[in-house]
Amino acid sequence: MSRKYRIVIAHEECKGCRRCIPACPKNLIAVGGELNKQGYFSVHAEHPEDCIGCGSCYLQCPEPGAITIYQTEE
Amino acid sequence: MSETVKFGKSSVFFDTFERRPGPIRKNMHYCPGCGHGILHKLIAEAIEHFGIQKDTVLIAPVGCAVFAYYYFNCGSISVAHGRAPAVGTGVSRANPESFVISYQGDGDLGAIGFNEFIQAANRGEKMTVFFVNNANYGMTGGQMAPTTLPGQKTMTSPYGRNTATDGFPLKVCELANALEAPVYIERVALTTTPRIRDARKAVFKAVENLRDRRGFSLVEVLSPCPVNLKMSAQEINAFIEERMEKYFPLGCFRDRSAETFPAPVPPPPVRDPEKVKELLFPRKLNIGVPKTFRNESKIFNYERRIKIGGFGGQGILSLGIMLANMAKLRNFNVTWMPSYGPEQRGGSASCSIILSHSKIPSPLIDRDCNLLIAMTQTALEKYIHELKPNGVLLYDSSTMKRPDVTPDKKVLGIDALDIATNRVGNHKCANSVILGALSVILIDHYLEGEDKLDFDRAFEEAIIDGFSSKPEVIKQNLYAFYEGKKVALERDKSKTAQA
Repeated sequence: MSRKYRIVIAHEECKGCRRCIPACPKNLIAVGGELNKQGYFSVHAEHPEDCIGCGSCYLQCPEPGAITIYQTEE
Repeated sequence: MSETVKFGKSSVFFDTFERRPGPIRKNMHYCPGCGHGILHKLIAEAIEHFGIQKDTVLIAPVGCAVFAYYYFNCGSISVAHGRAPAVGTGVSRANPESFVISYQGDGDLGAIGFNEFIQAANRGEKMTVFFVNNANYGMTGGQMAPTTLPGQKTMTSPYGRNTATDGFPLKVCELANALEAPVYIERVALTTTPRIRDARKAVFKAVENLRDRRGFSLVEVLSPCPVNLKMSAQEINAFIEERMEKYFPLGCFRDRSAETFPAPVPPPPVRDPEKVKELLFPRKLNIGVPKTFRNESKIFNYERRIKIGGFGGQGILSLGIMLANMAKLRNFNVTWMPSYGPEQRGGSASCSIILSHSKIPSPLIDRDCNLLIAMTQTALEKYIHELKPNGVLLYDSSTMKRPDVTPDKKVLGIDALDIATNRVGNHKCANSVILGALSVILIDHYLEGEDKLDFDRAFEEAIIDGFSSKPEVIKQNLYAFYEGKKVALERDKSKTAQA
């Protein structure tokens, strides 16, 4: 049985503070080119399925619901 | 194959922040990169983990976190600036089953509310305080705070904090650590992931202490404020780690949670509305008169002004209260205004009483008073000029000479102190003796009809109303009143006989 993780970043909830970018050990997170409704360049995960589920970005993120990490058991 | 959320929004947060005005209902109001959001998440996780959401009361400060109640789905109170620990004390005592979290910033805790905080810590209140230290006043735009570092530039210290004039940053953990009562004190920082993990442990520990009701826990959080300090997320982390941590060393200052036994939950307080009413209004004696009652004597058609003077300890103020109480029980509007020195015994004391059937514009008396009761020579000399022509002067003849006043004034001396000491056996009752003598003057010269009988009754009711829990006091004062009356009446008779 193996575990897989998937990171989801809510485009509208991100304020683009970029605390998560250096926190990710896999360097998955980068600033996207799109403004959200609040007027921030939100971040996005480039290869969300490469996430290792460490939760560093989640701990760094000041927004309660911007980053969600899902775990799948196979 | 099943997909579960490993890291996601805590259930202690509202799903949608309906309390937040405006179109944005998923985000917090904090600036990008603010430490408040991170700490909110840690606290919410801890509350969820220990299962105390239902009984948690989160007290929000004045500061950036003032709107914490938008986000937390638990009991919340926003309180006056700095008063969170004081209100928390009340909440945790009135509702012993509640879990009180006080969330405060450096202006709230370190400046205006420091006394509330340190006293609550010293009492060892059962609450947890989260102190967010970001080295400036965030909400108002980055002014200098008690925690601003030496040399740090802010809006109000443009050349850097000068320790010669502005003092040094306040070390809250170290100060709290000097006290006996706190159970747990730790300082953490919200910078790199390992430090945030440490902070998470500290928050969990503090909330666990709260759940076990072990006592006062304090977690100081060095929190990033990138917007006000004009830095990026990386720069602010470096600022905290390189500059703030030098002055505010991280670590656990105290952890006595293992030695402290959980306090038993006290029985819940009385909640039965009838019983609460009983506690608040202990008894309704059958005293007073119907609402429509008005005294018939003409003197009560106008405002009546009474001044009482003497020295502290003679019962000047209680004499005034007694008169005011009598008037109140007869449906007058009445004011009672004391004035006394800082000493409890000795020094001068006086009070002004105004009774009227219409509105009383000011409770002060400095002229035109109708009745002056003087119990010392100095009070007499001080207030005699305030007495109206043809006013009444009542003085204690056992301690002072008959004053020399214009003949239009009615003057009566009564040996109040002598009578109280020798006949009643308690010198404190001299004020009731005076009232007895007053009743003679009023009945002889001013009161009409039923009022002649009513004055004594009003006194009895007032004294019973005022001292219902002290029967001995009531007895002595009633006795003193009638002794005073007797002596005054005898003197009246002998005067008439002489004439």
